[in-house]
Amino acid sequence: MIRISPEHLEAIQKHGESDYPYECCGMLFGTFDENKQKIVHEIFPISNAWEETTKRNRFLITVDEFMQGELAARKKKLDIIGFYHSHPDHPAVPSQFDLEHAWPLYSYIIIAVQSKQGKEITSWELNADRSQFTPETIEKELTNV
Amino acid sequence: MSNTILIPTALRQFTDGQGELTVDATTVGQALDQLVSQFPTLQQHLFNDDKAVRSFVNLYVNDENIRHKSGLDTPLASGDTVMIVPSIAGGL
Repeated sequence: MIRISPEHLEAIQKHGESDYPYECCGMLFGTFDENKQKIVHEIFPISNAWEETTKRNRFLITVDEFMQGELAARKKKLDIIGFYHSHPDHPAVPSQFDLEHAWPLYSYIIIAVQSKQGKEITSWELNADRSQFTPETIEKELTNV
Repeated sequence: MSNTILIPTALRQFTDGQGELTVDATTVGQALDQLVSQFPTLQQHLFNDDKAVRSFVNLYVNDENIRHKSGLDTPLASGDTVMIVPSIAGGL
């Protein structure tokens, strides 16, 4: 389960809508509680690093951006707990490409954006054996941060 | 000779929660072999079916990406740190 505030979900939706027809992406900063459940404290939008022709259907957070995000999160005593990206004109379900490139533990939030309008938001976690994603419950809740 | 390997948060569930491990290796490839032999479930997250390092796994020796050096043959001196850093991709 991942807990995230309505404001952060709205910010993800707006990012997906503003970057349409390209895929948007970003990091989720937060904490893991004692049950390994995740709490989002901040979203960290990233500029999709793919070239123009590819970023309609792909997103990339480079290693340099990852390290910058890691440092920014640590300064706030937070961890990178996951990532978000949009699926322009496609449902919010992970693709085979998502599966091949995913890391365990992290949450992968996907927002479907149809004709520049944000639609459903889902979250997924990679199985430890890399075989598939498992849907993750999104609990909308205000954080105290 | 001893070297430290820094494990990213995402993979610590496969190293008994440890973020830093010590190996005794002369190349990056040897360091990874020792790591995987100690924690075999890491194999599928670090290497693809052809036994090559997965494209979104980045390996640094101190602060240099081994892609700009000699890849897995990059030599290690005593005290060098190997850092595993993810890059993140996805899409349709």
